[in-house]
Amino acid sequence: MSPRAAWRLESLGFQELYDYTVGKLDWLAAGLPTEGTNANRPRAGTLARKDVPTCALDERLGAVRDRAHAQGWDAAVVVNAERVVFGLLRAKELAGDGDRLISEAMRPGPSTFRPYVLADEMAKTMVNHKLESSPITTSDGRLVGLLLQKDVVDAGGTGV
Amino acid sequence: MPKEIDREGLRRMVDAGAQLVEVLPAEEYAEDHLPGAISLPLSRIDAERSKALDKTRPVIVYCWDIA
Repeated sequence: MSPRAAWRLESLGFQELYDYTVGKLDWLAAGLPTEGTNANRPRAGTLARKDVPTCALDERLGAVRDRAHAQGWDAAVVVNAERVVFGLLRAKELAGDGDRLISEAMRPGPSTFRPYVLADEMAKTMVNHKLESSPITTSDGRLVGLLLQKDVVDAGGTGV
Repeated sequence: MPKEIDREGLRRMVDAGAQLVEVLPAEEYAEDHLPGAISLPLSRIDAERSKALDKTRPVIVYCWDIA
């Protein structure tokens, strides 16, 4: 749509035209502020816990569990050096054999959601799919934070 | 010829005075739009409505995504 708009404006005499081709989706996915009726509604990106522990594929489960518990967490997100999400360790996975590699112990390829999704929509999804937590990522898969179901429900999402 | 621009380029140009135009339907603009953007839906672009824009300054258009 925007390429046609740019060309149409050029036909009307505008000389210096640019097309932000990746558009509003890219802006919202980056967690940047907007204006409008939804601007102040809570979204996944603002509610996601940014202090969630992270770990690498080649770490041992026991060490990651100790680190997560020391930080008051019962979950950790598996990422690479670029913070791209590879997996998730919820309480169930963290409770496994401490000698296992994270690459074997993690829940691989978890569903991720974008930061711009409104809290009430997230609450419905997380309740309906029984997701206690979900990684929030940018559109290129980089971790923004971990969203907890109780946080979106507390933020006003009814979950039904 | 219109040129493609990325997010950082957009921010730099807007800071330097470029005009930002959302070409999606007005209802979508009302819900969420980039800070400072004006609404000029594609289906409503014509000579009269484009007078809301300054032809001497750069114009950046955007919609939802690349589709």
